[in-house]
Amino acid sequence: MSAQPYGVIATFESSAEIYHAAEQVRDAGYKNWDVIAPCPIHGMDKAMGLKRSIVPRISLAGGLTGFCTGMSMIWFVDAFDYPVTVGGKPLFSPLFAFPVSYELTILFTAFATIIGMFVVNGLPMHYHPAMKYPKFRRGTDDAFFIVIEARDPRFNAANTKALLAKIGGKDISDLEA
Amino acid sequence: MAAHVESATPAPAILQEVNPAVLPRPVLVGHNRSFSWITDKICGIIEGPTPTWWWVCFAIACCVASFTVAGIIYLVATGVGVWGHANPVNWAWDIVNFVFWIGIGHAGTLISAILCLLRQKWRTSINRAAEAMTIFAVVCAAIFPVFHVGRVWYAWFLFPIPNSNYIWQNFRSPLEWDVFAVSTYGTVSVLFWYVGLIPDLATLRDRFAAVGNKTRAWLYGFFAMGWRGSNRHWSNYEMAYLILAGISTPLVLSVHTIVSFDFAVSLIPGWHTTIFPPYFVAGAIFSGFGMVLTLMLPLRAIYGLEDLITQYHIDCMCKITLATGTIVGYAYAMEFFIAWYGANPYEGFTFINRAFGQYWWAYLLMVSCNVITPQFFWFKSVRNNTTFVWVLSIFVNVGMWFERFVIIATSLARDFLPSSWGYYSPSIVEIFTFFGTFGVFSVLFLLFIRFLPIMPMAEIKAVTPQADVHAGHDHH
Repeated sequence: MSAQPYGVIATFESSAEIYHAAEQVRDAGYKNWDVIAPCPIHGMDKAMGLKRSIVPRISLAGGLTGFCTGMSMIWFVDAFDYPVTVGGKPLFSPLFAFPVSYELTILFTAFATIIGMFVVNGLPMHYHPAMKYPKFRRGTDDAFFIVIEARDPRFNAANTKALLAKIGGKDISDLEA
Repeated sequence: MAAHVESATPAPAILQEVNPAVLPRPVLVGHNRSFSWITDKICGIIEGPTPTWWWVCFAIACCVASFTVAGIIYLVATGVGVWGHANPVNWAWDIVNFVFWIGIGHAGTLISAILCLLRQKWRTSINRAAEAMTIFAVVCAAIFPVFHVGRVWYAWFLFPIPNSNYIWQNFRSPLEWDVFAVSTYGTVSVLFWYVGLIPDLATLRDRFAAVGNKTRAWLYGFFAMGWRGSNRHWSNYEMAYLILAGISTPLVLSVHTIVSFDFAVSLIPGWHTTIFPPYFVAGAIFSGFGMVLTLMLPLRAIYGLEDLITQYHIDCMCKITLATGTIVGYAYAMEFFIAWYGANPYEGFTFINRAFGQYWWAYLLMVSCNVITPQFFWFKSVRNNTTFVWVLSIFVNVGMWFERFVIIATSLARDFLPSSWGYYSPSIVEIFTFFGTFGVFSVLFLLFIRFLPIMPMAEIKAVTPQADVHAGHDHH
């Protein structure tokens, strides 16, 4: 055990247990803590007091970039860089440029969403202290954990463990950094 | 009126309490299976030894795929003339096969995106395999236009990349729109599929690490990006997934709309119609669900997945096939009506010719497979008979291939000028190349079911009763 542990972790066996436990950790005023679950649990964001994800803003930025890229690219290639009249049609019109711009809107939104999700989540991150927990493997199978980090201002090894025990946590242990 | 007021116990005009009949919700996972059962069942498919049938199927699929490889090598070495195109039918099996395969892909996106937005929870157990089907179908589809350009090493001319000719692509052409539609569709389908895979790859990483298989733990772990099931991550992940579903919905509708523009924007009789976009989209979803049934029913039987793909799932897929097949039937009828009502002699002739002309046999196959076949799905006894459903799904696949053939070949073989009329027959190279794409598709699909989880475990867990934090007694 190093001098400064990463935090403490506790196991819960069902989604109902972890949901109510998370509400109590939230109400105890902790900020730097997390829930680990094998699947998204409906309502857990509220139970943890999380704010709405900012990923949609990144997506919107990506979509707008895509649309502008499409329109300006088509204007540049067909009406500016090398204008060629085809079939008596205008050199540039937003109407015929629309389908390609529409597809690029979607393409850029998809990339922005996924890259945004990774960046906001801090992934890829192949090591995390929670992975050293002997039961961690079950976190991607059928168990639920609460991790409370030592850097939380309210963290106190004894009190935090007592709280986790009170709310039904099992196998409470310290996590090395 | 007075008598009413005076009565001792007046009947209330409005009921104090309404007790609507509670309809039982269909069970999505049979036998109320636990989380660990779901994990073991789906991971077990990957972790177990490779079954003999898999090797047999893989060998056959490779042989079939070699027909495409041989056909393409011959075409590149010789020229596009090895295909059966000749005036006036200069666009035939290549575009037929392209539209056929792209259409098949659409059901995967429908299941993963549109049904996600509509909160159809039954999609969870079939969406992974259906998305894989989409990607592999797009691969097969892309082969045809790419090699139809002839000098395939110039296929990059399709994209607006500066080249030594200083000439840019013609963005007024629906064919150029199609390049963007299909490449976006392929890319977004792969991204969507990959995002869905991340939590399941993490599960596999942890399971392989637990049994000491370091190579596979490293490989799955690499692609899992260090996923650890953190709820702070799930929160962003769910939002990203929802947005991807939200953008894939207009994407899938636009892709087949733009594919139909390839025809509808031209002036050829039988193509130049406004009904094409919705008609093509409905047909694509219809054919895609046919293919989903064709693939999922054998998988369900082989791997004993009856608790995950229940009769309810099959019912839902059959009903969508019925609905979209009926829309397609309506479109066939409406095309004829408009050809008559529009009073354009060329249009009228084209449709009479389609049904009774030289390709009458193809038209008959198309109508019987696409309009009559799905009508069997009205009957519960048919939907309960898995073997029969599977046979019908094959008819749907055949019928939808013929639909594209009928639309494309009949209109071109008999256009405005009788002096330019002709008859199109495919060359042997064309037939082999198309036949081989079923092998290409099967090879990819077999690799997928061997190495990746065929069902999204995390998503299935999320729709089970155990994931409901109120355990069924307090819904809000």
